[in-house]
Amino acid sequence: MSSIHNAEYQKRELPKKIQTIGLILFGVGLLAVILGYVQDSTRAAFNNIILYVFLASIGLGSLFLVAVEYLSGAVWSTPFRRIPEFLSALLIVLPFVLIPVFSNMSHIFHWMHPEVVSADKILQSKAPYLNSTFFIIRTAAFIFLWLVFYFFIIKNSKKQDASGDQSLTKKNIKISAVFMPVFAITISFTAIDWLMSLEPHWFSTILGVYYFSGSVLAGLAAATIIIVMLNENGYLVNGLNSNHYYSLGALLFAFTNFWAYIAFSQFMLIWYANLPEETFWFLQRWEGTWIIFTIGLIFVRFVIPYFGLLSQPSKMNPKRLLVMSCWILFAHWYDMYWLAMPNYSKDGVLFGWIELGFVLFAIGLVMLLFNQLAKKNNLVAIKDPKLQRGIDFRL
Amino acid sequence: MSEKILYGYTGLFDSPDSITHAAEKAASKGYKKFDVHTPYPLHGMNKAMKLPTSKLGYVSLVVGLSSALAAVLAMFWISAKDYPIVIGGKPLFSFPAYVPVIFEVTVLSASIATVLTMLLIFFKLPNNGHPLHGTEYMKNVAVDKYGILIQAEDEKFNEADVKKFLEECGAVNISPVYFDEEEINHKHKILEPKFIGFLLLTALFTSGISYLTLNKLLYLPPFDWMMEQEKLNPQSTSTIFADGFGMRKPVEGTVARGYLPYAFKGQPEAAGENLVNPLPVSKSVLELGQKKFDVYCSPCHGYHGEGESRLRGQFPNPPSLHSEKVRTWSDGRIFHVITDGQNIMPSYSTQLTAEEKWAAVHYIRVLQRALNAKESDLQ
Repeated sequence: MSSIHNAEYQKRELPKKIQTIGLILFGVGLLAVILGYVQDSTRAAFNNIILYVFLASIGLGSLFLVAVEYLSGAVWSTPFRRIPEFLSALLIVLPFVLIPVFSNMSHIFHWMHPEVVSADKILQSKAPYLNSTFFIIRTAAFIFLWLVFYFFIIKNSKKQDASGDQSLTKKNIKISAVFMPVFAITISFTAIDWLMSLEPHWFSTILGVYYFSGSVLAGLAAATIIIVMLNENGYLVNGLNSNHYYSLGALLFAFTNFWAYIAFSQFMLIWYANLPEETFWFLQRWEGTWIIFTIGLIFVRFVIPYFGLLSQPSKMNPKRLLVMSCWILFAHWYDMYWLAMPNYSKDGVLFGWIELGFVLFAIGLVMLLFNQLAKKNNLVAIKDPKLQRGIDFRL
Repeated sequence: MSEKILYGYTGLFDSPDSITHAAEKAASKGYKKFDVHTPYPLHGMNKAMKLPTSKLGYVSLVVGLSSALAAVLAMFWISAKDYPIVIGGKPLFSFPAYVPVIFEVTVLSASIATVLTMLLIFFKLPNNGHPLHGTEYMKNVAVDKYGILIQAEDEKFNEADVKKFLEECGAVNISPVYFDEEEINHKHKILEPKFIGFLLLTALFTSGISYLTLNKLLYLPPFDWMMEQEKLNPQSTSTIFADGFGMRKPVEGTVARGYLPYAFKGQPEAAGENLVNPLPVSKSVLELGQKKFDVYCSPCHGYHGEGESRLRGQFPNPPSLHSEKVRTWSDGRIFHVITDGQNIMPSYSTQLTAEEKWAAVHYIRVLQRALNAKESDLQ
């Protein structure tokens, strides 16, 4: 009969160096961020937007994965569902990340200047949506909604660790069902507000889906990195094996293709219709050194992960899966940079210590946050009714 | 009657794990001709059975790549070579437009080729008889049991051994499968009346439905909303305007884009004095002039301008262009004849642009010079 696994989970302390490295990265990053704001506040604010959409991607993408697991009744991901749960705690940090941007908003969004709007027919007709008050209300409302769902879903999941009450799973399924449409709408409007409105004359109805596809990839890649590292060092339950890795890899592969499909759809329709009010956005990204960066995006975000994850062994081998997840997470930052930065640096790609500082800040923040949550909570949902079936999962 | 021949021994298991273990044991015991049957595909079974990697993937790869290439070449041939039409101001060979076509063709042909190769080559269709057909074993593995079959063809096959082996593995319902040589090799007829009748019925049904949908249903409300639109078609009457015309005349004095009114209508002398040929004499201009002259002028004036008409007397032949009169005319005077017509010759303004007319005038000068060369040309 089926082999018996040891579902007993022994909580182990994470190594101290995670906190040390996290603190160093966070400190160096924070210093660079502050110096960046002192030296060039507009450039720093643009980087801050990239940081915001990047962290929101990981947080929202992770919460989405948790909700999808509840809704679909999936068992294979239950043994490591805690990892995306911890990562979705990034949603709590989002308001603090936005504070410096809000103080520099008028440098970034030129639709915030009344004199620009009064001279521009298009911006006037967009003004009922694109105005500072409604923008801030929207952003605050979205973050509030995300936090509400985050707290309810995560609270129930943690409660189950203590009580083992199975009805909590049912409760979370109901909450997840409500979360899905809220997620769909808020993530689309987040992309419109923070990425599309950098160029308020431009519009692309698919940009919300584009950001969604990247967000799921980012959340999944971040979770996969942590899951592989924890499991290879024995911090999770026994019995997780190549079947689980394969499923993670297959999902990464699927969403890589989904991203390519959406990205190409966006490009092809704009290219085909050839309307000047749409094409200029791509032409901006075809200027100077941006052309290399734009063509590079096809390889960084699609070609390399595609061939990297195509074969079966590449999804089952933890080392190769780890490398590809790191690459996909990098590719998501690359993509966010590509979406936002050409509006600031119109002549060419700009990369300096400010940009690097924001990246270090993000990595350090995720490490510290994860370490903190891992100290307080179990790394495995030990009393989840689906746990044993998840460990026994075979393809 | 032919004898029943032993095909192999079968055994059933209850769980995917136990069948995987049984397959591992069978492989390590050295059985080569054995197979497992499961209600759904089991990952890792090929490893347990020690099967080599399937070659089927190469078929998909080769067919997929070659059909992608074929799609590129076909699109290139169709839209850039054989029938080049500029669409939406795009280059004739515009790759982004081809990507969906390439994608669809690749996926379609690769998947069809894979399935057909699997059926025809690996499964050896249309061989439609198999010893396992209709057995109790097959009915079980198609529902909820996991079965293993060790074929009698195997070198190590030995009834007692196999039975013992299956029992050791924990199989239940261990039973032999026999087959009949004749029955196996019996080819079922494909062209049965029942089958042909079914095909015909299907064809009739689908074509009937298509006909009714396309020719009847789409003309009934509310499905005709694409056809019956609240707009005026060209050449139709209108109740809005007093004169009843759906198509409106342009405002008085409207000039079409790129159209220049001719200032010397009916004034040949004034045209000859005032108009100057704006084109320089160059190879490209003369070639354009020759082309236009050969197309529009030569049917009556002849290829050399001597009035050698190709119209076989249906019209009176025009006078030669080499006469003293025409040779001494100014360029503008000839331009006027082409633009306004003369005697029986109509205006060619609808056929030729001003530039083409001036180029034709240059070419007429070339013809004249060829027949009446100057002294200096001979040196």
